[in-house]
Amino acid sequence: MFYAFRDTIYELAKMDKRIILISADQDVGLSHMQSEMPNQFFMEGISEANAIGMASGLAADGFRPFILNHASFLTRRCYEQIVLDACLQERPIRLVGMGSGLATAHLGPTHTIIEDIAITRAIPGMTVIAPCDAVEMKKLMPHILKWPKPVYLRLARYGKPIVTRDEGEVEIGKAVVLYKGESSKKNVLLISTGAMTLSAIKAVEELKEAGIECTVLHFHTIKPLDKNAIIELAQKAKLIVTLEDHTIIGGLGSACLEVLMDNIHSKNLPQVYRMGLPDKFIHQYGTQESLMEEFGLQPLQIANRIMKLMKK
Amino acid sequence: MDERSRYLRRLILSGIEGTRKGHIGSALSVVEIIRVLYDDIMKYRPQEPLWPERDRFILSKGHGCLALYAVLADKGFLDVEELKTYALENSRLGGCPESLVPGIEATTGALGHGLSIGVGMALASRIQNRRSRVYVVLGDGELDEGSIWEAALCAAKHKLSHLTAIIDCNKLQLGGSTKEILNLEPLREKWISFGFTVEEVDGHNVDTLKATFKRLPFSSDKPSMVICHTIKGKGFSFAENDYKWHWKSGIDDATILKMKSSLEKE
Repeated sequence: MFYAFRDTIYELAKMDKRIILISADQDVGLSHMQSEMPNQFFMEGISEANAIGMASGLAADGFRPFILNHASFLTRRCYEQIVLDACLQERPIRLVGMGSGLATAHLGPTHTIIEDIAITRAIPGMTVIAPCDAVEMKKLMPHILKWPKPVYLRLARYGKPIVTRDEGEVEIGKAVVLYKGESSKKNVLLISTGAMTLSAIKAVEELKEAGIECTVLHFHTIKPLDKNAIIELAQKAKLIVTLEDHTIIGGLGSACLEVLMDNIHSKNLPQVYRMGLPDKFIHQYGTQESLMEEFGLQPLQIANRIMKLMKK
Repeated sequence: MDERSRYLRRLILSGIEGTRKGHIGSALSVVEIIRVLYDDIMKYRPQEPLWPERDRFILSKGHGCLALYAVLADKGFLDVEELKTYALENSRLGGCPESLVPGIEATTGALGHGLSIGVGMALASRIQNRRSRVYVVLGDGELDEGSIWEAALCAAKHKLSHLTAIIDCNKLQLGGSTKEILNLEPLREKWISFGFTVEEVDGHNVDTLKATFKRLPFSSDKPSMVICHTIKGKGFSFAENDYKWHWKSGIDDATILKMKSSLEKE
């Protein structure tokens, strides 16, 4: 997915001189831009706070800065700069957080960030986007460029399978139904984002074999959240399961619960179950896949957990 | 202190009179620095605050904003009467400045932000082939923030000669003296080693400030730094060099009268 971002931003930057890439000491394969477009690529030091402030100053004069770094350092380290220099002053900077969720499992809890959705979506004026694959990433890029507000772009998977299709448009703030169960009967509504959407699609295939119909609602935009999509599909669901590679505190699941509780009377509310990461630091190493297994987030595990919930 | 400096302090006082509190010491030390920049150095259009060719001024030590509001009002960015609404309900003029206010380039108040924003604005000026210069006023206490030094390295790396950082060096911060809380010395040498060309001046001497700022940039390939030695609370003898006047609340009528009489013609 990162390569899709990289290739697309390079092409866009050739056409749009407002685009400036700021890398905080990350080798992202774009250093050739320094000679090709010297005013549009800055390799800066390991100084995220300065990078955000600098981007804010550039954005104040009409530029569209994209700051590239590990999601952990780009959100935790410089949170006050994000809040005050970007969001409070409505400067349209784009934070491109690489390796979020469990993607940097091998580096342990200093790099693994499981609370980035929670902390970024809590900021007024912030937009939070987590594409599920390279195709969607590419389609979203022109929209992200045009978007007038600060954006946190959460990248959590590298070059893995494509789950969306080439055709069809995307729109920031609009959820996508990637799999539709039979409309004649109530089914399971799986709500997912980012890297977990692939797992959701695969889990649905398992569940279908077991006779459980599912709908997969994918949110490439976590904020602003497509409330109408949740409300509409929740009415037709027997069970709602949210899926995220993020702590269950404050992420997509929490955001969905907020919408459901605010808009649907509790007696009409189906059971909602949030699947994500526990409220603890992750000390296990390994790979994104092995840690997904550890926390019951592999497709077969998700399917089994849903089957158990359906039997209750 | 000349009549203009007393006048600007009277404008500051008009803000304090309403709310009876504020970062008064911080505002009083920076008056002459801002006055000289706006009177003699910077180019700007009060009726067109976002004129692209303007010079940018960032008060990174946002707490001193009463001084900036006073100068902006004097120059016509704001109505002088509006100063009386400082930090009151429904006012645009908060206890820290917000970029929603005409003439305020960056929202500041949390310390350590302004120099990085200034670096970005200076880069923008260069890329867009503008002649805009960028001035960032830092507090000496503010230099405790690590982000200032990140920004300093970055400014030097990019050879931002059209960026000037200015320290309102009043030697005091909220909790006491800068020397005791976190010693910054040798300050001049620190900035030189971070890649700036540095000059030191009396931050209340209008003629010296003017002559120094007129010589900017000090180097053609380095950012400039002007360390302005100032007095916290300058203008009110009872508040001068007293860190307890960094922030003051519950100012009574007698104190207001005392402040007013301090500003009468010498």
